[in-house]
Amino acid sequence: MSFGPFLLLALMEGMVTSAVLALAAVGLSLVFGIMRVVNVAHGEFFMLGAVSAWFVSQWVPGPPAVAFAAALILCPLFVGAIAALADMVVLKRLNYEPEATIVATIGLLYILQQAALSFYGPDARPVPAPFNFRVQLPWFGYSGYKIAVVAASALVLLGVWRLLAKSRVGLIMRATQYDRETARAFGINVDRVYAGVFALGGGLAALAAVLIVPIQQAHYLMGTDPLLLSFIVVIIGGLGSLRGTVIAALLIGLSDGVISTFFAPTLAKIVATLLVALVLVFRPQGLFGRRAL
Amino acid sequence: MTSRLIGKTPNRRSVIKGMAAGAGALALPSFFPGYSQAQSSEPIRLGFQLHRTGIGASYGRWYERTATAALNVLNEAGGINGRPVEILFEDDGTDPARGAEVFGKLATQSNCDVVFGALFSHVVVGTAPRAAELKVPYLVCSEGHHVASGMLNRWTLQPGITDVKSQVQSMAPWVTSTLGKKITMVFPDYAFGHDHRDFFTAAVAAQGGEVIKHIAIPPTETSFTRYFPQIPAETEVLYHVMVGPAVLTFVKELGEFYGSGTRPEIFGFIDSLEAVDIASPGLEFLEGTHFWEGHPRYKQADASEAEVFYRTAIGVDDNGASVTDPADVATYAHMFSAWETLFVIKAGMEASGYQGPADRQKLVEAIEAMTDFAEGNDHPQGAKTFNGKTHQAFGHQSISQVQGGKLIRVHQTSLEDGYYPDEVDYTSQSF
Repeated sequence: MSFGPFLLLALMEGMVTSAVLALAAVGLSLVFGIMRVVNVAHGEFFMLGAVSAWFVSQWVPGPPAVAFAAALILCPLFVGAIAALADMVVLKRLNYEPEATIVATIGLLYILQQAALSFYGPDARPVPAPFNFRVQLPWFGYSGYKIAVVAASALVLLGVWRLLAKSRVGLIMRATQYDRETARAFGINVDRVYAGVFALGGGLAALAAVLIVPIQQAHYLMGTDPLLLSFIVVIIGGLGSLRGTVIAALLIGLSDGVISTFFAPTLAKIVATLLVALVLVFRPQGLFGRRAL
Repeated sequence: MTSRLIGKTPNRRSVIKGMAAGAGALALPSFFPGYSQAQSSEPIRLGFQLHRTGIGASYGRWYERTATAALNVLNEAGGINGRPVEILFEDDGTDPARGAEVFGKLATQSNCDVVFGALFSHVVVGTAPRAAELKVPYLVCSEGHHVASGMLNRWTLQPGITDVKSQVQSMAPWVTSTLGKKITMVFPDYAFGHDHRDFFTAAVAAQGGEVIKHIAIPPTETSFTRYFPQIPAETEVLYHVMVGPAVLTFVKELGEFYGSGTRPEIFGFIDSLEAVDIASPGLEFLEGTHFWEGHPRYKQADASEAEVFYRTAIGVDDNGASVTDPADVATYAHMFSAWETLFVIKAGMEASGYQGPADRQKLVEAIEAMTDFAEGNDHPQGAKTFNGKTHQAFGHQSISQVQGGKLIRVHQTSLEDGYYPDEVDYTSQSF
């Protein structure tokens, strides 16, 4: 294959990775930005989204598109509810102390993973894509669904940005982030905000998973990779910065696509990890860490 | 409460009672198994190292069913040496470290006579040294060349399935003469895939063909499109073998990549589609492509009686799926090895007059003395020869073509096609 089409394929693959990564990492970044909680179980929310999408695809009759639309709505709600519950039952009782919440979310990770193993089983199961058309370029074919994933992810990110920047809910979240005590003094129910933010973070991870699952299949161990990559993205972008997260996701996704296509996927992982190390040494707050949100 | 306990001192009667009970227990045969087993009807316990979870889970599910079905057949026919047989399944998570632990647990805590069943080669390679330490026979079903290469030890044998070196060598002439001589290989980047890379490349060269590109993919990979541009345009045959939970994604993305454009001939190992329905959406492009099958998934027109018996015993329909759930497709090309290995254990124990763990060495020697296995209910996949020096079995391989959404056998190799010079003589090693 000649260089031009080769590069095009690399960039398209990179865009898909970026899109999903941005959605998953935004949830992680949001939770840290507002709650100051490093959620190690974030990858498991991703996995739960994919696994629950499989259940929805089994239960909802009719064409795959109907089941997929149902999964897009139901799975983030379901995972968000679990996240909110985890916040109220576990994190709140620990007063959101950083060390304690890290240990608690590690525990949560294992509970969710083993629960999925028990109730869903050890197999990878496919979820049918809502549509199956292929874009046939002169050099190679490409899944039309993958292109749709990129568009959907961009829309959702726009929605999250609007929610945070333009809506009353976003205002309350930002106020809570800025100063928890003062927000409380102004009558904001901080507990509810925290539960909501944790649910939103989990829901976004689940949404990313529902989008990716027709490409990847649902499996109980699938949460590890997104967790690692999400952490890489938020560290580079700056924990708590929405813009930084999106830019870092694009950076990591595209470089991953290009490097792994032209050289080797292992090299792409090495470069990403090296980048994290460099950022931590020279700019510990991340590229956009100063400007919160 | 406490005062009563403190106040209770043993009296003469209770002491005598206790002594009598102890003596009675000592007199029971189970206390001295070595002396009593000649008359024992205690079950023979076989350990099964099972990939119930982890990347080998779909194999594990079917290996458990196959072994259980074989066990029922075995016990209904009177067990081994007149004793009933039990199998203890233990999950190794398809993980080499867990594999060695599970082996130790089965051999020492559960007192299994033999351990068998492992498929994934990294687990086998990680576990085999433990088998030699504990001096417990380890009968693997892994296809890897590591047994016959001399890398493992006297206690590790592979009597139930042909190794990769023999498989690819026996098929290479057909591939180069029928499909093409310029070949690109896609394989998983670990021991099993490296066997494919090394031996198929050599076998193709011996036929006057050439492998023009090797593409190694980590077995835990979930996205594959990015690897495909490396396939050179002049490739005549694409040879693929993948394992792990993402095999369906692999084949689907391959189909997307070639789309409706021109593509090379495709020759795959069925590993890339084990436990996956060929009628899955996105796999239509496989029509006309070829697969290696250790054992044909779809019941062939000339299926033997033993084949039918085997299918019925496990509960597999004519399409290679569970009779209770047509969506639950079997790992049919490989799982016969669990069945056949069990019957090799039976034959070995009967030939050696196996009584108990003290006879483990005799069992290994009895299996080493075997030379061939006849096709039949004990060996439904077909006749095999066994090389006691290299601890390796050699069987027939099938090449099938996807025709009308089903795999139809178009070529079967002979046993001789798969022979190669011995690389080790385990019988010269000490126990």
